[in-house]
Amino acid sequence: MVQFINGTEIFTEEGTTVLKAARNAGIHIPTLCYLEGINDVASCRLCVVEAEGEDALLTACSTPVREGMEIHTDSPRVISARRAALKLILASHEANCFICPKNGDCELQAVCREYGIEPEQYGRKSAPEKTRRFHPFLTYRPELCIHCERCVSTCEKATGRKAIGRGRAGLAAIIETPFGEGWDTSLCESCGNCAQNCPTGAIIERRRTKYRAWEVTKVRTTCPHCAVGCQMNLVVKDGRVVDVEGADGPSNRGLLCVKGRSGSFDFIDSPERIRTPLIKNPETGAFEPADWDTALDLVAEKFTAIRNTYGGEALAGFACSRSTNEDIYMLQKMVRTAFNSNNTDNCARV
Amino acid sequence: MTNTIRDITTESDVILLIGSNPEEAHPVLGMQLRQAVERGAKLIVADPRDIDLAARANIHLKLRPGTNVAFANGMMHIILAEGLEDRAFIENRTENFEALREMVKDYTPERTAAICGIDPIRLIEAARLYATAERAPILYCLGVTEHSTGTEGVMSLSNLAMLCGKLGRPGCGVNPIRGQNNVQGACDMGADPEKFPGYQKLTDPAVMEKFEKAWGKTLNHTPGIKATDCFPKMQTGEIKGLLIFGEDPVRTDPNTAHVIKSLPSLDFLVVDELFLTETAKLADVILPGRSYAEKEGTFSNTERRVQRVRKAVEIAGETRPDTWIFTEIMRRMGYAQPHLTPAQIMEEISSLTPSFGGISHARLDSEEVGGRGLQWPCPAPDHPGTPILHVGKFARGLGYFRPAAYKPSTELPDEAYPLLLMTGRILYHYNACAMTDKTEGICEIAGGSFIEMHTKDAARLHVEDGEMVAISSRRGRITAQARVSEKTREGECWMPFHYMDGANWLTIDALDSISSTPEYKVCAIRVEKLTEETKHNV
Repeated sequence: MVQFINGTEIFTEEGTTVLKAARNAGIHIPTLCYLEGINDVASCRLCVVEAEGEDALLTACSTPVREGMEIHTDSPRVISARRAALKLILASHEANCFICPKNGDCELQAVCREYGIEPEQYGRKSAPEKTRRFHPFLTYRPELCIHCERCVSTCEKATGRKAIGRGRAGLAAIIETPFGEGWDTSLCESCGNCAQNCPTGAIIERRRTKYRAWEVTKVRTTCPHCAVGCQMNLVVKDGRVVDVEGADGPSNRGLLCVKGRSGSFDFIDSPERIRTPLIKNPETGAFEPADWDTALDLVAEKFTAIRNTYGGEALAGFACSRSTNEDIYMLQKMVRTAFNSNNTDNCARV
Repeated sequence: MTNTIRDITTESDVILLIGSNPEEAHPVLGMQLRQAVERGAKLIVADPRDIDLAARANIHLKLRPGTNVAFANGMMHIILAEGLEDRAFIENRTENFEALREMVKDYTPERTAAICGIDPIRLIEAARLYATAERAPILYCLGVTEHSTGTEGVMSLSNLAMLCGKLGRPGCGVNPIRGQNNVQGACDMGADPEKFPGYQKLTDPAVMEKFEKAWGKTLNHTPGIKATDCFPKMQTGEIKGLLIFGEDPVRTDPNTAHVIKSLPSLDFLVVDELFLTETAKLADVILPGRSYAEKEGTFSNTERRVQRVRKAVEIAGETRPDTWIFTEIMRRMGYAQPHLTPAQIMEEISSLTPSFGGISHARLDSEEVGGRGLQWPCPAPDHPGTPILHVGKFARGLGYFRPAAYKPSTELPDEAYPLLLMTGRILYHYNACAMTDKTEGICEIAGGSFIEMHTKDAARLHVEDGEMVAISSRRGRITAQARVSEKTREGECWMPFHYMDGANWLTIDALDSISSTPEYKVCAIRVEKLTEETKHNV
């Protein structure tokens, strides 16, 4: 099919949305509520475009392209509608960015900057509602919520858990998150995919307050827990991992579980880590710190003596199913070459 | 897995999930299975407990634990009786079919249902649903393998898939959901008493010659001993020296008392660890290694997908990369192993392992791969990897039916120990918790051990939900909080295996006759109400 976006001719497949067609052609249309494959409620109205021959503006995320359609994504009418939509959103958003943990990482803030809307002018001024602090990992601040429903759709369609709901308080639509009192009997699995997809600071992992967006670097890696092999970014501040975010890997498609997101970094620099070789004093039974040379010489001497006296079969080496391929390869090579034994195995059986 | 997570969750019509609770053990796969059900895929759950996915299933067969072989044979009996098998697949791609037909003849729906403790009508429905689906994967986990007949359980499921021609296509296959992040890799990398990397057999003279030449050393040609078989040999003095890398058998192996007796029998125990685990406490020397965030390397996931692990931080202290530690031990024991980077080690792996021939760190980091990893077999640098196995042809040529007869578990409930105990994983913890229990919030949510028991069993013992009870087997005695419900079947209990004062004091070290995997899933126990007196005896 052929359409024209801002006068440029574009070919697309039937059924494609205007948003997708534009993005494929490298044309920017802002969005807040839209999440591909997950949320298409078309409620934020930031993606509006003008189509020739149509009276009303169309939401690009929910409108399929039609043959010969002529679309304008940056006409004065479109810009003005987007500015109006932002002002409406800001009217219910406590725009106190200075203290918000998502400052610099907030999609609402970014799009306001793009359209020259100053939150101080339009943002809600009422006293902030009390943040509920019950859930061990997640918090919800309704005064930051823009009702985009990304969290609702993420919990419903991406994780399939349906722990976050849509509700009403009088005339107003509200998001019902299970992070308050009684969280421990809710359906919430603490996976935090809702927080990852929240465009503002409304739903955050509690630890998000400990770093600012510009203080961190991100390192792509593979989750160390189960064998799904989720891809994730370790968020590093001052040489410490302070958070984890899901990355779009082939087996996880952006999702993580509570172990990957919240249970894969506190242990790294834990005070309980062993940080120096330890040799057990045979008399007292207590471990005493040693330098590497002393420890390794002792290991080599003892193992060599056993090998030379009883043969390699008297030695064994077990590998860890949680370590890297390279580590495991070298361990079995050590057993086969230096121990002269084939007594090597891993914990796959147990 | 023969297939990928993506194709089995997005391209399947029916999903047969057996002995697996992915919502807790593999949560991100669990999420995608929920999506599959929402999309309209039909779900058959064969599991002894009412796991959450059972509530979404079209059919839940609440099998008696340890009866998977009978279940699979019963399914095949029905499929053959109703002529639902894939004749063309059987004729063109398999052999030994007649032996299978003979074996499953006796597994009538009535007999199978009696063995498994299920309704024969539901079994027939399940067999029809699976066999008539255009695309249907079998997914299984430790509920199939952790039995004294675990290998037979796996073979029977493979027989079922071959019988219905559900192999070598998207949305199909026989898919073990592997446990740890790199258990697939640990097997691939030759941490195995009988096989070099890439499952190359020690007993193959050409393979042995290749490794001896590459490593410049005459190697020991006698196959080694499996880890689980090593423990008795420590007590008899046949094994005198052991290096354990990052494992905690005191907590994770069955029959804890037996393990605690075996390790001190060694002349010398070395442990390479992050933490002072229960196993490390028994060591003569502890060497401080590094965690996944402190080194470069790769993990292989359950889809055989090799993906990168990258160094993000260094911690204070004298820890060393584990490859450096092993290299130093080799050098000091007289083998001149040069120090190599993880990327160089992967080059050596790919030069010696045909299925890894096209895998390198450079390629995994390239734009071509785009962060999607490479699935072995990947024999050459221009090979795209293999998402689905057995397309058009099995690795051995024809698929071989290996019929297996049902055999009961080693230790079944009796008068002295009248309840059956299964063990498993919960959402919030990973195995021995060495990593997960360092996160405060996780301990807040899931801090202590518990035992799930059936309402009727609890009523007989006058045990209330939430009450502490004493649990004993022939091997040990512990206490835990009772969770009373109808999640398990009457006469059956379930415990997580994560906690130190936990289930493995009770479990039996009966091993699978072929793979030597312990029978974690079935042992006999007794549950007792704690009285004022007995409270202090535990």
